[in-house]
Amino acid sequence: MISLGQDEIAKYPFLAEAGQYLKDKGFTLEQFATDPDLKIIVDKAYERIESAAEGKIYNPKADNSSEKDTVLPLNVFSFLIAIVLLKLSGLNTLINRFSLAEARRAEKFLERDLVSNSNKTSEEFAIKIFRDVFSVTIKKAGDYFVIPISDYLQHAVNFHELEWKLVNRHVENGMVFLSTHESARLIRKELGGYISSRIRAANTPSMSKGFEDKVNKLSELAKKFVVNTIVSTEYPPCIKHAIEELNSGENLPHFGRFMLATFLLGRGQTIEEIVPLFKNAPDWNEKVTRYQIKQISGETGSNTKYSCPSCDKIESHDMCFATPDCDNIINPMQFGKKRL
Amino acid sequence: MLENDLKFLEETFKQYYFDHFDFIHIPDRSLEREYGYKKFNSGMVRHISLKTDKDLHLMLMTNVPSDVFCSNAYYTFPNLPMAEKDWKEADLIFDIDAKDLNLSCRKDHTCVKCLSCGEVSLLHDTCPKCKSNKLDLLSLTCDNCISGVKKEVLNLIKILTNDLQIDDKNVRTSFSGNEGFHLYVANSSYNQLGSKERGDLIDYIMFRRVMPERFGFKKENPSRHTFPELDEAGWRGRVAKELFGSKSKRSKAITKIISDGKLAYQQILEEIGKNSIGIKIDPNVTVDIHRIFRLEGSLNSKSGLAKLACENIERFDPYTETCLIDDSSVEVSANFPIEFRLKNTKFGPYTNEKVSVPKYAAAYMLCKGIASLA
Repeated sequence: MISLGQDEIAKYPFLAEAGQYLKDKGFTLEQFATDPDLKIIVDKAYERIESAAEGKIYNPKADNSSEKDTVLPLNVFSFLIAIVLLKLSGLNTLINRFSLAEARRAEKFLERDLVSNSNKTSEEFAIKIFRDVFSVTIKKAGDYFVIPISDYLQHAVNFHELEWKLVNRHVENGMVFLSTHESARLIRKELGGYISSRIRAANTPSMSKGFEDKVNKLSELAKKFVVNTIVSTEYPPCIKHAIEELNSGENLPHFGRFMLATFLLGRGQTIEEIVPLFKNAPDWNEKVTRYQIKQISGETGSNTKYSCPSCDKIESHDMCFATPDCDNIINPMQFGKKRL
Repeated sequence: MLENDLKFLEETFKQYYFDHFDFIHIPDRSLEREYGYKKFNSGMVRHISLKTDKDLHLMLMTNVPSDVFCSNAYYTFPNLPMAEKDWKEADLIFDIDAKDLNLSCRKDHTCVKCLSCGEVSLLHDTCPKCKSNKLDLLSLTCDNCISGVKKEVLNLIKILTNDLQIDDKNVRTSFSGNEGFHLYVANSSYNQLGSKERGDLIDYIMFRRVMPERFGFKKENPSRHTFPELDEAGWRGRVAKELFGSKSKRSKAITKIISDGKLAYQQILEEIGKNSIGIKIDPNVTVDIHRIFRLEGSLNSKSGLAKLACENIERFDPYTETCLIDDSSVEVSANFPIEFRLKNTKFGPYTNEKVSVPKYAAAYMLCKGIASLA
């Protein structure tokens, strides 16, 4: 684990060993639940979760140096207590939202630290986070940062926007060139994943009276984020196209058949309902078709149930026929899904 | 395939393997790889693990496969079912095949075989004999296709060694045994990449899903100096060379691009990606990290030619160097309307005639389905 100074721990509190930090500062969890002087921290922790839930980045006011000594630890405490409250509530939606918001907060600091020319330690520390926590070797090259293509790809595939595709990047000698902003943005998802995995791995403390009220409020808060969706019965254009090809006796390539079968299985159709669709294929063989769909459904073979490939993948097989109705979905399974 | 023909091919393949053990070796790290094979007229057998050349030769002699494959992936337990193999990494592999180049010569060396009556004829939509429309395309040897594929391979190697900074010592090229070339990249930082990441690499190599902004056309107020220069690295440089040709023509070309608009520019980029500067690799091969890929030194049952590594691709003549079946005389009855060339000898066209040909040509015709033993 990276060794942390006070500054760093306030910016990246998720890197700290929570229990150890409290102990070092001479506190126990019990005190936060009972001591009225510490109630302000529990309030701040709740606010931190609340703003995260609303998609805002937690940003307590004071940052001037006179208050630094109190503000920095307060920031760390509020983070640690927020985790305690989240663990007590056991609410995954809130944990996810909190992790993402904290990741975006840390991303801002990372971005600032990467270019803090005045402060070499901050810059080195940010580069160290890339390397030690996310295994990304990042180097400064003039106004840019460069990272090896293979490292870049492992993170960039999380993005669906075209601008993140390697072909739309400045690539030279095995390296990808990124701006500071892009470098920090590149690891946002992993940062969120890292934070949420640390939260999930933390022990759940026993409930104290002093936390009960806040935990109940969290349950109320979470209710706002329950989403009801409906799915229309219409098929997306890629699936319609595949069915038309088959009906007209065209030789739909293997990938197209795989896409069609996984999609229909995903929509709850049975193997018996799907098999006849392939009847017009030039190489139609009922036994083989049934066998293959059974394999895909996980009923036989390795018991792996295959899911419908992503729009990205379908596009790279030239089988995407997107229409405005697709509405930027990233997998055909999402087609026609609407929030109520 | 007729039983006699099948027996002949099996014997011929077996003889080849017996005579050429020196060509057929297990690759590096054999114990971590999965092997598989197909027999004539039968399905695939895979999840095999082999330790030494001797094991491989024994497998060839006992099973007489029509095709032999070996994984590009490395596993802890290569002989277990897929989900239990424990995937470690996989070499990057590429397949460039003449059929994907859409060369204009294609129609001159392609015929069709009717799946209903077996008649082989020149390119038609329906069988001239029985009018069935269930037809199989058969492509025969073509030097123009081979030089086209070679050019593509050399362009791919340039991208691999320049843009992706792969050491050329780690790139191995071999003729596929039919009408393409295979490339292996071992020991690179790309070995760890999963299928999704390889998908992005494929789009890079094929120059697909390109944004006009990256190639100079800014969203608002497009300006001339953001368009690529001819001496730039990577795709910007290649696009500049393709679109402008020379420095002196650059300015005029950009004026036209800006006046035609961004959408038109995007279409131009897509078009040159598809038809000229994008490398025509088979994406299904490169994206697959569990593939078993034809083994070097083995015969390809689509042709009877061997898959062989080539040191100097420019000088490599696959229709001579990989044609390794012996030349004892065999009588076949052949029926196909175009000629082909093997070992600098022309064969065909034949109209339902009995001819004596060297064994390698007989095997080629039988594998292609354009002749039978007489």
